[in-house]
Amino acid sequence: MLELHAITAGYDPRAPVFHGASLTIAPGEAVGLLGPSGCGKSTLARVAALLHRPDAGRVVVDGTEVRRWRHRAPRELRTAIGVVFQQPRTSADPRLRLRDLIAEPLRATGRGDLAAGRVAELAAAVGLTDDLLGRRPHEVSDGQLQRACLARALVLRPRWLVCDEMTAMLDASTTAALVAVVEAYRRERGAGLLVVGHDRVLLERWCDRTEEWADRVRTP
Amino acid sequence: MADVVWRSHGRTRRSTRTVRVTVSAVITGAVVLAVLLVPPLVRLDQQAVDLALKLRPPSFEHPFGTDDVGRDLLLRCVYGLRVSLLVGVVAALVATVIGTAVGAAAAAFGGWTDRLVMRLVDTFSSVPHLLLGIFVVAMFRPGVWPVIVSVALTHWLSTARIVRSEVLSLRSRPYVDAAISGGASRWRVTVRHLLPAVLPQAGLAAVLMVPHAMWHESALSFLGLGLPAHQASLGNLVQTARGSLLAGDWWPTLFPGLFLIVPTLAVAGLAGAWRERINPRRRSELML
Repeated sequence: MLELHAITAGYDPRAPVFHGASLTIAPGEAVGLLGPSGCGKSTLARVAALLHRPDAGRVVVDGTEVRRWRHRAPRELRTAIGVVFQQPRTSADPRLRLRDLIAEPLRATGRGDLAAGRVAELAAAVGLTDDLLGRRPHEVSDGQLQRACLARALVLRPRWLVCDEMTAMLDASTTAALVAVVEAYRRERGAGLLVVGHDRVLLERWCDRTEEWADRVRTP
Repeated sequence: MADVVWRSHGRTRRSTRTVRVTVSAVITGAVVLAVLLVPPLVRLDQQAVDLALKLRPPSFEHPFGTDDVGRDLLLRCVYGLRVSLLVGVVAALVATVIGTAVGAAAAAFGGWTDRLVMRLVDTFSSVPHLLLGIFVVAMFRPGVWPVIVSVALTHWLSTARIVRSEVLSLRSRPYVDAAISGGASRWRVTVRHLLPAVLPQAGLAAVLMVPHAMWHESALSFLGLGLPAHQASLGNLVQTARGSLLAGDWWPTLFPGLFLIVPTLAVAGLAGAWRERINPRRRSELML
C-alpha cells in the first residue's frame, strides 16, 4: 500500500498550500486525482514520490513509514516509486542523450551493466527509434521527450508510479500511446498508480477510481 | 530556391564585434606563440649585460631599445610576458577550481554549510584583495609560487559566488528531482547534473581572471613584493624603468606597459565574445 495520511504541505511552513490530504493506493490499483490548477495536487504528488517533505502527516510505503525525504530517503524506498512530471523539457537534463537519460537511474544505482538491454526493451515499449535515442533533449519534440521520461521512470521497475499531469503537454495520439504503456506496465508488474490531472474524461477512462481533490483535503 | 539572397549580406559585411574577436584572437595567438617559442628558439641571453649599450633608444638592432644596464628590452619583455602569463594562467586555474568547488559545495549542501561558507566569502571580499594578496606574499620569500598562491587565494571568491547562485537555481529543476527519484546520491547529482551545467560559466570566469591575475602579479612586483628583482616580469620591468623615465627615457616604461595592456585587452576581448555566446542577453555588460 502507498498511504498518505493527513498530509499538510507547502513551501512555507506558516502558509501551507493544503491541509490534511489523505489518499491510499493499493498494489495494482490506478487512482486518479482531479483538481483545479494551483490547488496543490502536484505538491501532493511530490510528497508521494518522497521528493518533498510535508509539514505534517505520515507517508507509509509498503508498511514502512517514511522519515527522511529527497536524497536522504532510503534508496530502495525512493526507487520503489517512479515519477513522470508534467514538463518533459525541464525534467530532462539537457546534456544527456535520450539513451543516457533513460539509463541514468540504473547507473546511479550501480547497475549500469544492465543499461543497454533495459534501454532497448523500454525504447521499443514507448516507441523511440534508435536514431532518437542518440539525440539530446533539444533535438526531439515534447512528445518524444516525454516518452523517454516515462521510460526513465520505469527503468528501475518501480512498484509505484506517480504521473503528475504526464499528458498535459501532449497531443491525443501521444497521450493514448503513453497511457497504453503505463497500463501494460501496471498489468505486467501489478504496480500501483497515482495519476494527477485535471482532465476528467481521461482520468475517468484511465483509472479504477477517481478522487476529487476537494473531498481529499480538510479545509482549514 | 538556389539563390539565397539574404545570406550575402552576412558574408560581405562584418560587424565590429567580429573584427574585435579576430584581432583579439590574433594577438592572443601571437602572444602565446611568442612566449612559447622565443625562449627555446632564439638563443640570446636576456640577462646579458652590456654597459656600453645602456639606455639606447629603439633602433634596428634593439627595436625596443635597451635598459639601464644595456639588456635588450624586446627580449626582456618577451621573458617578462612569459612569467606574467604563467602566473596569470596558473593562478586563474587554481582560483577557478577552488571557487567552483566551494560554490558548488555550498549550494549542494545548503543549510548551515552554505551560510557559514558564504559569510566567510563575504568577510574575505570586504578586504581589498590587493591588500590580502600583499599579506600572503609577505609571509614567503619572493618567488613565482608565492605570487601564484597569493593571487589564487584572493580571487576564488567571485567564482564561488557565481557558481553557487548558478547551482542554487539548477538545484530546484525537475530533472534533479527525477535524478533523486532514480536513486542518485547527492554526490552523483552534483557531479553528473549540476557541475557540467556550471562548467561553461566557470571556464569563462577563469579566462576573464587571467588578465586580472597578470595585473596583480605586476602590481605586487611593482611594489617590490612579488617576484625577485632580477627576474624579468612585466611588473619588475616597469618598476626598474621608473628612474630612467624621470630622466626622459620613455622606452623602458612604454614597451613593458604595452606588453601588459595589449595582451590583457585581447584576452578580455575573447572572453567577452565567449560570454556573449553563453548568455546573449547580457550583451550590455560585455565591454571591459
